[in-house]
Amino acid sequence: MNCDKYKNGNIAMSLLLKYGAWIGAAIIAFGLPAIVRSSYGLSLLSQVGIAIIFALSYNMLLGQGGMLSFGHAVFYGLGGFLTIHVINIINGGSLPIPLELVPLAGGFGALLFGIVFGWISTKRAGTTFALISLGIGELIASSALMLPSFFGGEEGISGDRMLETTLTWFEFAQQIDVYYLIAFWMLVSMVFMYLLTQTPLGRLANAVRDNPVRTPFIGYDVHRVRTIQYALSSLFAGVAGGLFAINYEILTAETIGAIESGNVLMMTYIGGVGHFFGPILGAVLVTFMQISLSNITHAWLLYFGLLFMGMVLWAPNGLAGIIMVHEPVWKAKLMKKLLPGYALAAIPALVLFLGVMILIEINYHLSLSINPDAPMHMFGIEFDARAPVAWGISIVLIVVGFVFLRRTVKTLNRSWQEITQIMKKGAD
Amino acid sequence: MLEYIIFSLLNSLLYGMLLFMLSSGLTLIFSMMGVLNFAHASFFMLGAYFAFQISVYIGFWPALILAPLIVGFLGALVERYGLRTVHKYGHVAELLFTVGLAYLIEESVNLIWGRSSVDYRVPDALDFAAFTLFTTDLSAYRVFMLVISVSMFVVLFLILTRTRIGLIIQAALTHPDGVSALGHNVPGVFMLVFGGGCSLAALAGVIGGNYLVTEPAMAAQLGPIVFVVVVVGGMGSLTGAFVASLLLGTLQTFAVGIEYSLSDLLAFFGVTMEAGGILKDIWRIQVSHTGPILPYLFMVLMLIFRPKGIMGKRES
Repeated sequence: MNCDKYKNGNIAMSLLLKYGAWIGAAIIAFGLPAIVRSSYGLSLLSQVGIAIIFALSYNMLLGQGGMLSFGHAVFYGLGGFLTIHVINIINGGSLPIPLELVPLAGGFGALLFGIVFGWISTKRAGTTFALISLGIGELIASSALMLPSFFGGEEGISGDRMLETTLTWFEFAQQIDVYYLIAFWMLVSMVFMYLLTQTPLGRLANAVRDNPVRTPFIGYDVHRVRTIQYALSSLFAGVAGGLFAINYEILTAETIGAIESGNVLMMTYIGGVGHFFGPILGAVLVTFMQISLSNITHAWLLYFGLLFMGMVLWAPNGLAGIIMVHEPVWKAKLMKKLLPGYALAAIPALVLFLGVMILIEINYHLSLSINPDAPMHMFGIEFDARAPVAWGISIVLIVVGFVFLRRTVKTLNRSWQEITQIMKKGAD
Repeated sequence: MLEYIIFSLLNSLLYGMLLFMLSSGLTLIFSMMGVLNFAHASFFMLGAYFAFQISVYIGFWPALILAPLIVGFLGALVERYGLRTVHKYGHVAELLFTVGLAYLIEESVNLIWGRSSVDYRVPDALDFAAFTLFTTDLSAYRVFMLVISVSMFVVLFLILTRTRIGLIIQAALTHPDGVSALGHNVPGVFMLVFGGGCSLAALAGVIGGNYLVTEPAMAAQLGPIVFVVVVVGGMGSLTGAFVASLLLGTLQTFAVGIEYSLSDLLAFFGVTMEAGGILKDIWRIQVSHTGPILPYLFMVLMLIFRPKGIMGKRES
C-alpha cells in the first residue's frame, strides 16, 4: 500500500494525501456559494451539480462497463417524474417524508426500472446493446405523450418543493438552500460511485468490458454483472433526475427524450470516459458552455458539435485523457520542452477558430436574424454580413490557420517523440 | 372500405419504398463495416435540401441527378477522412463519430437554410392527378416516386448480382476479412459503398423531400425508423431490408387509420373498465396513436428474441 511510505511519518499527512481530492471537492462544493452570490451563478452551480451526478452515472455504463447507451435519460426522466409525483403526494398530506430524502424516491424508482430494462437489454453488448437502448429510449419517450396522467402531456407536471417536513433548518424557498441539497447529494453520489469502482463488482464490470469472452471462464455471469451495473447506474441517474425535479419544480416529456440522452453522452465523452474524474470535468464544462454560450450566440449548438467531433477525432480519451497524458511529463519535469510547441500551435489554432467563427456567425446572421440586412457586430466592429470583405477575411483566416496548424502540429509531435525517448532512457 | 384499404396499401408501398431506399445503403454499410451510421438520415436530409436549392436555380430534373451525386461524393469524403481516422479507436468511436456528424449536419442545415421548413415543391410537370380510383385522385408525383424507387431497386439488384464489384460487395457482406485476404481493396470498396449508400439516401431525399416536409428535423424523425428497418431485416440482407421496409410502411400506415382502443375491445366482449389515473390512459390509447411507438417496440422485441432479424445471416 501507498501508506507504508508514511508509516513513521505524519499520519495526518498520509490521510490528507489519500482523501485530499474528496476534501477539496467538499470544500469547493460548499464554499462556492460564498464567492458566487448572484442568482444566475447559483442556478448555474445547481445545474452543474445535477449534471455531475448524471454524467458520472452514465460513465458507469460507458466508461466502466463498456456499454454505449443512447437512452440513459429514461432513468433521469423517470426519476424526475417519480420525484415530482412523490412531492405532490406529500403535499397532499398522506406521506410524511422530508424533502431532503425525496431524491432517493426518484433514485430507487429508477433502480426498479433499471433492473427490468437492464435485464432485457444487457443480454448482448456492443452495437446490439446500443440499439436496444435507443429503442427503449424512443419507446419511453414516445409513450410519454400517450400517458398524460403520469407524464403530464405537453405542459408537463409541476410541484411545490416547499414541504412541511424537513430534516434541516432549510426551507428551500431560496435557490441557495436547493443548491446545498444538490451539493450534498452530489458528494454522496460521487463517493458511492467511486467506492463502487473499487468493489469486486466494479472490477468485474471492467473485466466484462475488456474481455466478455474470458470473464465467464473465471466463473462470472456476464449478463448478471452488466445488469447490476446498469441498474446501479440507473439509481444514480434517478437521483440526478430527482434533484432536477426539486430544482425546477416542473418536468416535461423533454427530460426523458433523445436530446437529453445525447447530451449526457456528449458530456461524458468530452470529459473523458477512461478516468473517474473525466465526466465531472465534462459536466462542468458542457453545462457552463450551454448556459453561457447560449446567451452569447445562437450558434452554440454548432460549436458544441464541433468540440465533440474534435474530441472524437483527436482526443478519444477526453479532457481527462489529455490531462493524464501530461502527468508523467510533469513528474519528469519535462513540461518546459513541450510548452513552446503548444504555444506555437495555439496561434494558428486560434486563427483557424476565429475564421470558422466569423463564417458561422455571418451565416447565422443571414439565415436566422430578424433583419439580415441590418449591420452585425463582432468584437465591437460593425459590418454588413453580405460584404465580400467579411467573407474574404474569414476564408483567408481559415486557410492560413489550417496550413500553419498542420506545420506546428508536426513540430509538436516531434517534441513529444523526443520526450518519450528521454523518459524511456530515464526508466532504464 | 375497399377504397381505404387500396389507398392505404398504396401509401404503405410508397412509404416502404422510401424506407428501403434509405435502409438499403445503411444495411450495406452496417454489415460490411460494422458501423451503424447515425448520420445516414442526415444524408437523406442533405439530399432534400440540395435538391431544393438546385431546383431553385436550374430546376427539378437536374436536381434529381446532381443532388445524389454531390451527397455521394460528400459521403465518400466522410468515409475517407473521417471514419477511417477514427477506425483505429474502435467501434464506439466510429459510432460516436457518426452521432457527432448527424449533429453537425443538422446544425449546418439550420445555419444555411434556417430553422423552419423550406418551400420545396413537387415540380409543375408532375403536379396533376394521374388517374382517379373510386373517388380519390392519385397524383402523378406518387406514381413517379414509385417508378423511381422500383427502378432503383432493380438497378441496385442488377449491380449487386451481375457486376464484379457487386460480387465483391456481396462477399464482403458475409466475410469481410476473407475478401481482404484475397487481395481486394477493401477500404476502397468501403469508400465506394459508403458514398453509394449516401447517394441512395440522398435520392430518397430528393423524391421524398417534397412529398414529406423538408425541414431540419426530418433527419431526426426518420433516422431511428431506418435503424428499425435494418435490425428487423437482419444484418447483411438486402432482401430482409426490403421486406422489413414494406412491413413497417404497412404497419405505420394502417395503424394511423384505426381508431379503436383497448376499452373498445373489452366493450366488444361486454366488459366495461372503470379505472382512473394511468390505467385509464392505457385503456384509452387508440391504435392510431401507437404509430410512433410500434416500430421501436418491434425492434426491441426483435433484438431480444431474434437478433439476427428476419433474414439476417449473422448477429454482428
